[in-house]
Amino acid sequence: MAIPHIPCLRLGDPYVSLNKIDVADYRSGATKATVSQVNAGVVRRDLQRIDEARDALRKFTTAELVEIGAKAGEIFLNGEVQIGVDGEMQSPQQYIETLSSTSGLPHIMVKRNMVKIHYALTNMQLVLNGLTRGIDLPILDAGVGEQFGTQVCFYPTSKALGLVMPSNSPAVNSLWLPAIALKTPIVMKPGREEPWTPYRLIQAFIQAGCPKEAFSFYPTDYEGAADILNRCGRALIFGDKSTTDQYANNPAIQIHGPGWSKILIGEDEIENWRDHIDLIAGSIADNGGRSCVNASAVVVPKYGREIADALAQKLGPFKPTSAEDPEAKLSGFANPKMGEWIDGAIDSDLLEAGCEEMTAKYRDGERKVITDGGTYLRPTIVYCESFDHPLANREFLCPYASVVEAPQSEMLNQMGESLVVTAITKDKAFQAELLSSPLIERLNLGPISTMKISWDQPHEGNMFEFLYKRRSIGILAA
Amino acid sequence: MSNLDQNIQEAKAQLDAHTVEVVKWHFSPDTGSPFWLDWANKAGWNPAEEISCFDDIINKFPHFQDEWLRDMPNEIWRPKAYEGKPFSIFETGGTTGMPKQRIGWEDYKIDYSEFSETLNDNHFPRDHYWMMVGPTGPRRLRLSIEHLANVRGCSTYFVDLDPRWVKRLIAGKQFDQARAYMDHVIDQAVTILKNRKVSALFTTPKLLEALADRMDLIKAGIKGVFCGGTTMDKQYTRFLVEEVCENQIGFVPTYGNTLMGLARHRPFGPENDYSITYHAPQPRAVLRVVDPKKTENLVEYDSWGRVELTTLTKEFFMPRFLERDEAIRRSGWEKCPWDGVAEVRPFGAMEKKIVEGVY
Repeated sequence: MAIPHIPCLRLGDPYVSLNKIDVADYRSGATKATVSQVNAGVVRRDLQRIDEARDALRKFTTAELVEIGAKAGEIFLNGEVQIGVDGEMQSPQQYIETLSSTSGLPHIMVKRNMVKIHYALTNMQLVLNGLTRGIDLPILDAGVGEQFGTQVCFYPTSKALGLVMPSNSPAVNSLWLPAIALKTPIVMKPGREEPWTPYRLIQAFIQAGCPKEAFSFYPTDYEGAADILNRCGRALIFGDKSTTDQYANNPAIQIHGPGWSKILIGEDEIENWRDHIDLIAGSIADNGGRSCVNASAVVVPKYGREIADALAQKLGPFKPTSAEDPEAKLSGFANPKMGEWIDGAIDSDLLEAGCEEMTAKYRDGERKVITDGGTYLRPTIVYCESFDHPLANREFLCPYASVVEAPQSEMLNQMGESLVVTAITKDKAFQAELLSSPLIERLNLGPISTMKISWDQPHEGNMFEFLYKRRSIGILAA
Repeated sequence: MSNLDQNIQEAKAQLDAHTVEVVKWHFSPDTGSPFWLDWANKAGWNPAEEISCFDDIINKFPHFQDEWLRDMPNEIWRPKAYEGKPFSIFETGGTTGMPKQRIGWEDYKIDYSEFSETLNDNHFPRDHYWMMVGPTGPRRLRLSIEHLANVRGCSTYFVDLDPRWVKRLIAGKQFDQARAYMDHVIDQAVTILKNRKVSALFTTPKLLEALADRMDLIKAGIKGVFCGGTTMDKQYTRFLVEEVCENQIGFVPTYGNTLMGLARHRPFGPENDYSITYHAPQPRAVLRVVDPKKTENLVEYDSWGRVELTTLTKEFFMPRFLERDEAIRRSGWEKCPWDGVAEVRPFGAMEKKIVEGVY
């Protein structure tokens, strides 16, 4: 296939910029696509007519958009979609191969991400039910109606949903999918190495009958990203703390930064820790350890060193294989400097007393390895004596976790905020304490992987409540 | 030999003759400036006798140090022939600390009067009104724009923007303040456009864009925009022409500064992907695109290099000043049969973040 050019989409219309960047194979550096880069002014101009995009979506009922989304899910998973500006088509296998080659994700992980996205699209009714807590879809269309014996009325909070996307994992795109069914156009800056998934999703939606105006896709610079975040009304940003901190106090911008997800074992279950090693290891390393729902700390009242050693024995031997290997466990770095930086940061903090890297002895070599031109980081498990250690509550874009000892009564005080907490305990008092904690976004009670997402249980913010507000309503009886 | 080749040869001969004349002027005790006479004494050679063509300047002079314009008193630059005539003081830089200052009398008028002949009367109607929105204050640009308008029978409204303040705000990451200041500038421009008839605008690309976000420039009566001050890459130029000016308002980009004068552009558009090439007002100024590591050498045509400026007027002599810009070297054009500089951007723009500001 010729090298495709991915254009920008201006309310659905392709626009080829005079500025283009290459998206390259993370191993060979070979160009896999060129992508149009637009100046921020293009974004600002288009936002002046974004009402056209919402109007196009409002011609459909929510139920129709749910149906279109389901079709789009099938096309995304199994169909051919237009990928290049010259009509080049992309099969699912080509998508897998290309995304793998530019992101470093092995094929098997791309496939798993595809399945997650497909599930979200084909089960949108269930997702909406969870988000809206059971509001009938016709009420969403009318904006007003009677349910649960009372009048309810909702109004949109924004004209569009702005998205500044990451490159780390395709499944993060599932977060914005409900916006289409909720009649909110999207305005997106894709991740630099990952234009593939959002572009394929957008094309699948359009092929399924969704109005193209609903999709604005702008590979752009920092200024363009800032305009997307500040001018849409509501926006999501993905990135590390240094990127997202400036938006921390802006309620119109939902931040998706590090998850600092954790597994806690209660005092009542700690003697059974061996039963949970597989679950903990999967929580740390599934999806290449790249997700914000990957566990990055395991907090236990005792046996910390033993648990860390058991995890190290299990994860330490993981090594890079081929991208096609169905058993592949590790992802390569699209930007090798990121791998080098993480490796250096871990080594530097390991010099501080109070910790021990347990994986080193099971790894037969260095943490950072270069295989077939690709840079990889092998799993790292660090035992930390307390949360005071700088490696105790860190998150890296690779399979990394600390195992920290803390008395159960101190765990909540010490562990900080967490996107997901899996609490392995049957202690009702401890469970009650966790249930009332504001530090946890999603709580799994019992041995459930932190990676397990329930689509009817929104975590990281509720998209419906983000895009709609409830209004008090009075209607004179006829 | 083609006409263009012949014109290139003639322009080179004209430049050589002009070079000899200007160098003699600056290095002769009867006419020259204290700075250059003193410089020649210390250098141990006499440019008035030894410079016989422009290439001699490249071969015999080191790069001009712009710190001299900051550290030396202004009068040291005054040619003896201008004694008794008060000079204008024009500044560049100065975001922090002392700015660099160039003195002058009539130079800017010469460049801009000449430039006026390149403007289309449909886009820049004569006997009407202009508005400048951008850095005025101690900059030569403010007088130059007014002179250009006057030459065409027009008068000018001014809205000032202080780029030193904007740069400080951005360097301090006070983006909200920078945005508020820009809004303040645009508010004033909008007020003028709503209450006065203006047909031509001089402004910077970002301010033009911001102004167009606030009002329909075509309905406001704007027919031509003369635009410069910050980088315009191909995509940005296309955006300004197609979407901000809607292919209706004449868009005239310019490259110039206090030290050079005003470069004119050659035709651009979809046929050349909106790549803008500028040509210096030779022989009064010469732009070369040089190898940054071996600055005596030009880069090949259509290759990137650092911009080097030599100014050759009786008011000001400045040999081989390395600009803080890089550009693509382009060959001569029928109306300017000498090298041009294309797609100018800050030197090292691809390697580091440059604060150019929102203005």
